[in-house]
Amino acid sequence: MMAVFRFWSTHLQELATLLGEHVFLVGISTAIAIGIGVPLGIFAARRQRLAAPFVAIANIVQTVPSLAMFGFLLPVPLIGGVGARAALAVLVLYGLLPIVRSTIVGITGIDNAIREAGIGMGMTPGQLLRHIELPLATPSIIAGVRVAAVVGVGSATIAAAIGAGGLGQYIYRGLSMVDSTVILAGAIPAALLALAVDGGLLWFERRLSPRGRRRSRRAVTVAATATVLIVLLASAALAARASRGIVVGSKNFTEQLILGEIVAQTIERETGLPVQRRLNLGGTLICDRALLGGDIDVYVEYTGTALTAIFHQPPANDSAAVMNTVRDFYARSGRTVLPGLGYDNTFAILVRGADARARRLRTIEDAARVAPEWRAGFGFEFLERPDGFRGLAQTYGLRFRSPPQVMDLNLSYRALAAGQVDLIAGDATAGLIEGLDLVQLDDNRRYFPPYEAVPVARAATLLRYPQVRRALERLAGHISAEQMRAMNHAADAGRENPADIARRFVERSF
Amino acid sequence: MLRNFLQVSIVHVMNGVEFRHVSFGHNRGTRILDDFTLSVAAGDVLTLVGASGAGKTTVLKLVNRLLLPDAGEILVAGRDTREWDPIRLRRSVGYVIQEVGLFPQLTVAGNIAVVPRLERWPEERTVARVQELLELIGLTPAEYAVRWPDELSGGQRQRVGVARALAIDPPILLMDEPFGALDPVTRRQLQLEFRRIQTALRKTVILVTHDMAEAMALGDRVGVMEAGRLIWCGPPQAILDCEDPFVRRLVEASTPLPPAEAGPA
Repeated sequence: MMAVFRFWSTHLQELATLLGEHVFLVGISTAIAIGIGVPLGIFAARRQRLAAPFVAIANIVQTVPSLAMFGFLLPVPLIGGVGARAALAVLVLYGLLPIVRSTIVGITGIDNAIREAGIGMGMTPGQLLRHIELPLATPSIIAGVRVAAVVGVGSATIAAAIGAGGLGQYIYRGLSMVDSTVILAGAIPAALLALAVDGGLLWFERRLSPRGRRRSRRAVTVAATATVLIVLLASAALAARASRGIVVGSKNFTEQLILGEIVAQTIERETGLPVQRRLNLGGTLICDRALLGGDIDVYVEYTGTALTAIFHQPPANDSAAVMNTVRDFYARSGRTVLPGLGYDNTFAILVRGADARARRLRTIEDAARVAPEWRAGFGFEFLERPDGFRGLAQTYGLRFRSPPQVMDLNLSYRALAAGQVDLIAGDATAGLIEGLDLVQLDDNRRYFPPYEAVPVARAATLLRYPQVRRALERLAGHISAEQMRAMNHAADAGRENPADIARRFVERSF
Repeated sequence: MLRNFLQVSIVHVMNGVEFRHVSFGHNRGTRILDDFTLSVAAGDVLTLVGASGAGKTTVLKLVNRLLLPDAGEILVAGRDTREWDPIRLRRSVGYVIQEVGLFPQLTVAGNIAVVPRLERWPEERTVARVQELLELIGLTPAEYAVRWPDELSGGQRQRVGVARALAIDPPILLMDEPFGALDPVTRRQLQLEFRRIQTALRKTVILVTHDMAEAMALGDRVGVMEAGRLIWCGPPQAILDCEDPFVRRLVEASTPLPPAEAGPA
């Protein structure tokens, strides 16, 4: 717990920003959900035959896992893509159900005698709604809003996966670093925020219940004013975002965050153009769709990943051929591959430094000789993928004392250092390689396909801003595997901010 | 003949209500109202009595156009309800229902002031009217104006319902079992107050009840309904001479049972 407090105290500014983004997302999405959900609920309540299907549809929407929902919405024009807009769309969808349902319940639950009295005294349908139905349904509607807002606080943490920001960023960062301190640094304020929102709205709901209704008019006014203010602020913020400049994206692990910052800061320094960061996007496909849809202008991809995961080609191990294929595919969809950054983030076969030195191991071939005495530990992905363990074992004639153990990739580094296993397949640029004194064995038979880090940019952006292309080309060959490892280590073990690490690099390099 | 014609015309001009051969709706094959004809002169109280399902409430809802007839016509102040603007019609016709239907989110004063506010009366006039009506129904304004409906007894709620219906002084008043859910003592008290108020205000009233004693006590004329038809209509005293078996049963039902014979010792 002390570690969490220390983390907060060193990241106060960032914490405040993320909290602000979180409140922004939930506030706006709930306000929009009220704006759509209440009229929809009123409409459905008026037409009893519609009420059931409405609630059923909203129920189905609610059961779609939020990450899947973000995925579905990616290719949808206008509301899809990545960033706050798409996150808002998803949060609004989630907020609709409880609000529509509670509006229907609130209005249909009104005693018929009351409605008949209103009509009988000559109220128009509008007057009946304003003077009778809405005031009487308000406590029920507020209860629905409460559910929507609390669900919203939770779902908004997942919005970090599509670069909408918020406290989920700490959670994702912590997950990718396997660092529970960072996870807690995001999860605790999110939980507290949920409790605060719930408590605040509960208070408001009580205000509107029969005993507190004397003050209800004022409470409604206060709430309405607050909502309007939030919406105004939000639209101002969105408008500000609309004039966006160059947008840099990144995937959601440490190395990508640092690379995203390096690319962003390089463009800032070299061109003076405004740069917006959409870092921490939840994976390769999300980044690819975002680039294709113009939500981001540039991010760093790995050639091997582009070949197999994006363009579904069989793995290949000739670096130049892979680069050409990938460049071709990208060009067909209006995107340009820029010169590589200088390192290859391929799989790295790792052993303990002590073993390597004592037994003079330099290559995987060397290791194959001693492997029958050893135990190996591999991530699930490495055991499954076409360019993974099976081919490696064939290429080098690798056999171990027992079948390889399946373990989490991030944990396998520590398992190796602790002597639980003797050989693992890690990331060539993992910061832990330095921190734990591990040694990467040379792939002397060139089994692993190349995973060269290359910036990929929208061709249209490069045409419009040739200075961006020049800036990105300046990065070519500038980052070695050792440098990348050191920077990853500074972020993962030293908990340094990726932006600060990138700044040091950019200042030293240019 | 001419005299008759003149009388009818005067009734129309002066806020009477008239049903001419009205039919309405179906309920399991039988008409809810079947060739129903009735007229209520301005300033008169007509009490409608009959068993549940006889169509009494339907008659009321046809007057303020909550329902429209399938056949025949209903004239309110001489105009067919189909020609009335429904909102204007309902503002000219006070409506008191058995469940009262007070708005729980409004105080007693707020409930009475609903229609004056919809009519955009100046606030001082509304406040004065609320005071006046609270006094009329025998609730001290200082004490009751700020109460919430759930802080009232059943009888008080019913009185507020009447005050609310009278708020903008409509010439016609529809009352659907207004005293039905009250205990006998309160009920009697409200019946007396109804007479007192009606003597002062002279509204055209149609009051629905299932209690023959109440119908006879409050009505200038009593209408007896059975299965959607008006089977008898006349002044209360005359009903005692009526030969119709159904009417007789209703009259008998309203007199107390003789004390039970003591069994053999």
